[in-house]
Amino acid sequence: MLEINGLTKQYGGLTAVDNVTTSFERGAINAIIGPNGAGKTTFFNLVAGAARPTAGEIRFEGNDIAGMAPDAIARAGIARTFQTTMLFEESSVLDNLIIGHRLRTGSRLWDVLLHTPRHRRAEAACRDKAAEVLDFVGLSAIGDRMIADTSQEERKRIAFALALATEPKIVLLDEPAGGVNPGETDGLVALIHKMVKHDITVCLIEHKMDMIMSIADRIVVLDHGAKIADGPPNEIRNDPAVIEAYLGAEHAEA
Amino acid sequence: MTRVLNAFNHPATLLVLLGLAIGFPFVAGNEYQVYVMALAFVWAIAVYGLNIITGYCGQLNLAHGGFFAIGAYAVAILTADHGWNFWAAFAMAGVFGALFGLIVGAVSLRLKEHYFAIFTLCVGFIIYMLLDKWEALTHGPLGIISIAPPDGFGVVDFTQTRPFYYLVLGCLCAAVFFTRRLSNSLLGRTFRAIRISDDLAQSLGINLMRNKILAFVISTVYAALAGGLYSGVVRFIGPDIGNFMHTFDMIAYLLVGGIGTLMGPVIGTLIITWLTQAVQSLEEYRMIVFGPLLVVLVIFFPKGIAGSFQAWRARRNATARVSNETGRTPPSQADTSETAQPSATTSASAPTGHGTRGHSNA
Repeated sequence: MLEINGLTKQYGGLTAVDNVTTSFERGAINAIIGPNGAGKTTFFNLVAGAARPTAGEIRFEGNDIAGMAPDAIARAGIARTFQTTMLFEESSVLDNLIIGHRLRTGSRLWDVLLHTPRHRRAEAACRDKAAEVLDFVGLSAIGDRMIADTSQEERKRIAFALALATEPKIVLLDEPAGGVNPGETDGLVALIHKMVKHDITVCLIEHKMDMIMSIADRIVVLDHGAKIADGPPNEIRNDPAVIEAYLGAEHAEA
Repeated sequence: MTRVLNAFNHPATLLVLLGLAIGFPFVAGNEYQVYVMALAFVWAIAVYGLNIITGYCGQLNLAHGGFFAIGAYAVAILTADHGWNFWAAFAMAGVFGALFGLIVGAVSLRLKEHYFAIFTLCVGFIIYMLLDKWEALTHGPLGIISIAPPDGFGVVDFTQTRPFYYLVLGCLCAAVFFTRRLSNSLLGRTFRAIRISDDLAQSLGINLMRNKILAFVISTVYAALAGGLYSGVVRFIGPDIGNFMHTFDMIAYLLVGGIGTLMGPVIGTLIITWLTQAVQSLEEYRMIVFGPLLVVLVIFFPKGIAGSFQAWRARRNATARVSNETGRTPPSQADTSETAQPSATTSASAPTGHGTRGHSNA
């Protein structure tokens, strides 16, 4: 559903993403791994439109979306989460999620000021969606709690919920289990499986190897911006190029 | 849920405040106090505009006083030089505010954070220079006298202080009403999402430029209309109205009252206005009083008066709800509260040990 062809991003003389060609299948869990600075987040930024590719194309359901504005890409059905979870600290969990669905509704300034039925419908739709995605991520019980009082793992779930409120076809999760302990990671893995079951394609960046190897259907490995391997976990595990990138050359020979 | 955040927004609170405002002229010692209050309301309307672009949307606009001056001069020039009636000129002030807001916003909002602030500071200064130097249009440093007052109707005569006071109060109520509607709406949520982060807002399908320009134009319309009212009450203006000190005054009002809150602008404006009146005898030295006060406030109440009150209410309500929950808490929730501590420690250690390893060996 997402085909990437010769994707390249250069910042001056630095090539952050170097001629990457790959494709992500619908209904699969795709992982992108690589050492720090390998260009994983830049790759996500290119797909989500936060950065404009220097070259290459990104086909989403057949249309080239490379270089489109991030909000247009979100409307097309690609949602993302960020490494650091940004939320509105002083308001409730549910309150934070309401804005997530606005892109699927249509109400303008005049609707807001005059409180037209159209705006009331839009607002009701957003509230319903917020409650629905909160339930999906298993946090209905804490909808009234303030963000400042939530744990790191709950924040991750809230960030997922916010992304899901946009009704995406594919979600890009940047380190979904970053800063979360092993027990909680299992819960997040279950949640990612649940997304896939609901026909949402998942693409994630993660450093936790155990998690990646157990969850991913397919792994793309980046190093210095270039793709060095692409395949199912058991292939990646034994790929000499991957071992070299992660552990250094002498380990690959041994 | 929004109710929690909006302790000050409660209709009962607002009605009490409105009642106090209506009764004020009857308890005021003299006409002068009513006049000061009316002027404070005029500034408060402009601060409501600043609150939308800076408080809700998070873009520090330092040209705000300039847009106030544009509105003031629109009314002054149209009534004094072209014989328009006040209300037509007042409406045009709003149109000019929107028009210049659109032009300035479309250019300046391409810049982010402090670059935007610096750019708008320059815009504010350019507006001031134009008012001072473009004598053919603005009469330069001489200023404009004989500005038409708002036309009254029946026995209501707006050249008198009390009727004008109630007129301004009405406008202030409209400003609060629209801000309240905006703040509770999806548009208000959109602005706040932009304040949290441009990237986050865009990832939620929010068109950044369009929404920022919208917030900017709404704020400049508030400022220009307030400026128009100012001309109508003072009836004489000079280029000093475009001095950027007015912008910083408004920022101070907003900080003291509570940035991004519904009642902050009026609370902050009234407190500083009356404090200024109280220490007027000190003249230039009044900053010796204000400076330390502002510092103390920013350190201990960074959210301002309304903001700190709201945070306290929200915290109290959240605590009440959570303690209500605990009786029937599902097990999963009990888990997370127990594990919250360990997760914080892993987050500190998580980034090490991954990825970097390869390169240290290579």
